[in-house]
Amino acid sequence: MSQDKLLEVKNLKVSFRTYAGTVQAVRGVSWHLEKKETIAIVGESGCGKTATIQTIMGLNMQNPICSKEGQVVFDGKDLLTCSEKQMRDIQGNDMSIIFQDPFTFLNPTMKVGDQVIEVYCRHHKATRREATERLLEMMRLISLPDPEKNIKRYPHQLSGGQRQRIMIAMALICGPKILFADEPTTALDVTIQAQIIELMKHLKEQIDTSIVLITHDLGVVANMANRVYMMYAGQIVEHADARTIFKNSKHPYTRALLGSVPRVDQKTEGGLFSIPGSPPDLIDPPTGCAFAARCSQAMNICKRLQPPEITFPEPEHKVCCWLHHPEYKARKKAVGVGERHE
Amino acid sequence: MNDQPLLELQGVKTFFRIKKDILKAVNGIDLVIHRGETLGLVGESGCGKSTLGKTILHLYKPAEGKVLYKGRDIWTYSKTERKLYARQVQMIFQDPYASLDPLMVVHECVAEGLNIHGIYTPKERYEKAIELLEQVGLNKEHANRFPHEFSGGQRQRIGIARALALEPELIVCDEPISALDVSIQAQIVNLLRDLQEKKGLAYLFITHDLSMVRQISDRIAVMYLGSLVELAHSDNLYEHHRHPYTKALLSAIPIADPDVEAKRQRILLSGDVSSPIGIDQMCSFCKRCHYATDLCFHEKPLLREVAEDHFVACHHLDQVDKNGGR
Repeated sequence: MSQDKLLEVKNLKVSFRTYAGTVQAVRGVSWHLEKKETIAIVGESGCGKTATIQTIMGLNMQNPICSKEGQVVFDGKDLLTCSEKQMRDIQGNDMSIIFQDPFTFLNPTMKVGDQVIEVYCRHHKATRREATERLLEMMRLISLPDPEKNIKRYPHQLSGGQRQRIMIAMALICGPKILFADEPTTALDVTIQAQIIELMKHLKEQIDTSIVLITHDLGVVANMANRVYMMYAGQIVEHADARTIFKNSKHPYTRALLGSVPRVDQKTEGGLFSIPGSPPDLIDPPTGCAFAARCSQAMNICKRLQPPEITFPEPEHKVCCWLHHPEYKARKKAVGVGERHE
Repeated sequence: MNDQPLLELQGVKTFFRIKKDILKAVNGIDLVIHRGETLGLVGESGCGKSTLGKTILHLYKPAEGKVLYKGRDIWTYSKTERKLYARQVQMIFQDPYASLDPLMVVHECVAEGLNIHGIYTPKERYEKAIELLEQVGLNKEHANRFPHEFSGGQRQRIGIARALALEPELIVCDEPISALDVSIQAQIVNLLRDLQEKKGLAYLFITHDLSMVRQISDRIAVMYLGSLVELAHSDNLYEHHRHPYTKALLSAIPIADPDVEAKRQRILLSGDVSSPIGIDQMCSFCKRCHYATDLCFHEKPLLREVAEDHFVACHHLDQVDKNGGR
């Protein structure tokens, strides 16, 4: 299994110094990505999912207020210690990224076709004709209607779905090993979202890439991901394969989040379940479990001590929660505490 | 209950002029909202749902058709009646960051409407504002803070308190939850529902989120490029939807369950929403529809009743039913 690890993140910490204090956006996150799989990092806004992948991609290398700790191992190298020049060879070639809002990330003064081949020319010694050929091949792959005409257009002349297709083409033109997709469909309409999801699934097979999907939309996760990491307040609270997360989640946050998502195919009687309160302030994160203040099953210890990571075998399932601590379970059995809550 | 509907739209059309073209954002809509009900208005971006909301609020003048409030056309109102109408119909906006004045503390924001309409003394207004904040789950300490000190969900609560201040009968909610996180969305939807039960409010709930709208709406209207394509009771719409667009829309929504997802067959629509310019004499959906024939390109289908309180605008319903929407 360890040979298949394409990317491994070990105890990554990212913080930003601001006027108000140091925001600990990512507080010790570890995960890995295997070949040909799609993993999803799920969490609410501000939980550090974007900060994590921006650090991996080296997008905040020059950011003076940002400090990082930990290791990101890719291809035997620690990306955090790479120089900027080394990183630039990796960006766009070995790993690339799709952003949430294609309009903000495309250059409004450049024709979209030129933007897409810019990446290709940087990494390959290609003539313009070769690049254009590759571009048209890519455009067919992403099924952009009328490619010859559309590559000569500017971003504002395309619709949201088409712009997102261009972003995908740009990200995939060098055939990267890893594709980071940061909320790729959040800004799109549902019918277009369905098109883009199908496209990404299809391209993953064709280009043989692994996807790290970042989203808060559990429906998209159910559709695409093999494994899921749940993030809350800069930490991973639960990790398992997608089926286990949806059918047999163990962390109260995951359960609450799943409970608060309405489903089109069912009507929830008597109001939706909602999580009270809002996520903690990461300038001064709580000493105990970050979710304790909103958790209906919180105990005294949750507020004082960080919960340990508890692993369940077969299929691998990791939970950071005191409720699953062996001592708590033994005690519960002996005295019958906590049963009222469950 | 009084039989007269609270609000009635009769063939409302709202147009915008873009250079030489006319953009028909809302193109002939008939709709009724009763007292105390929630009507969900669903559609993709650019289909004219917000324009319709603003037309109801007397912000856009319809080019044709009438907006009747309690049986009277709102465009025949005198100035004082117009002001009274503004009290009875309120709005909650999509973006809780842009819709609150950053220079006003929260109780001023909430009581601004009372101030404009000259209701209560300043002290009473302050008390009323605090009472409203408590109704939406905030408290007294929040009253003297500025909007930037709040999170998105809390700001949306302030927006709701402000809409409630003038004791309206109808609130137009324009995508009130789409800027919020999932766990906060449920809080806001539950709050809106509780308030409706307590105060007998009617909502026009404009959204593109079909899964959330089911939880709150009594009836749902599906809109596509300025026209209604289907209108039904909410459970009915989810279980017996008949218009090809509704079918595609519902099948496009991912469900948070990998087993269900693996089994579902998706109806993928080709292309994007077409331009709303120059679609007068045809079915608004015909360019993306699998069933479209010549008829659809030349004649606009009208909404007709296919079952009790279930309206669909499509020429080829028999065909669609036979193929199960595919």
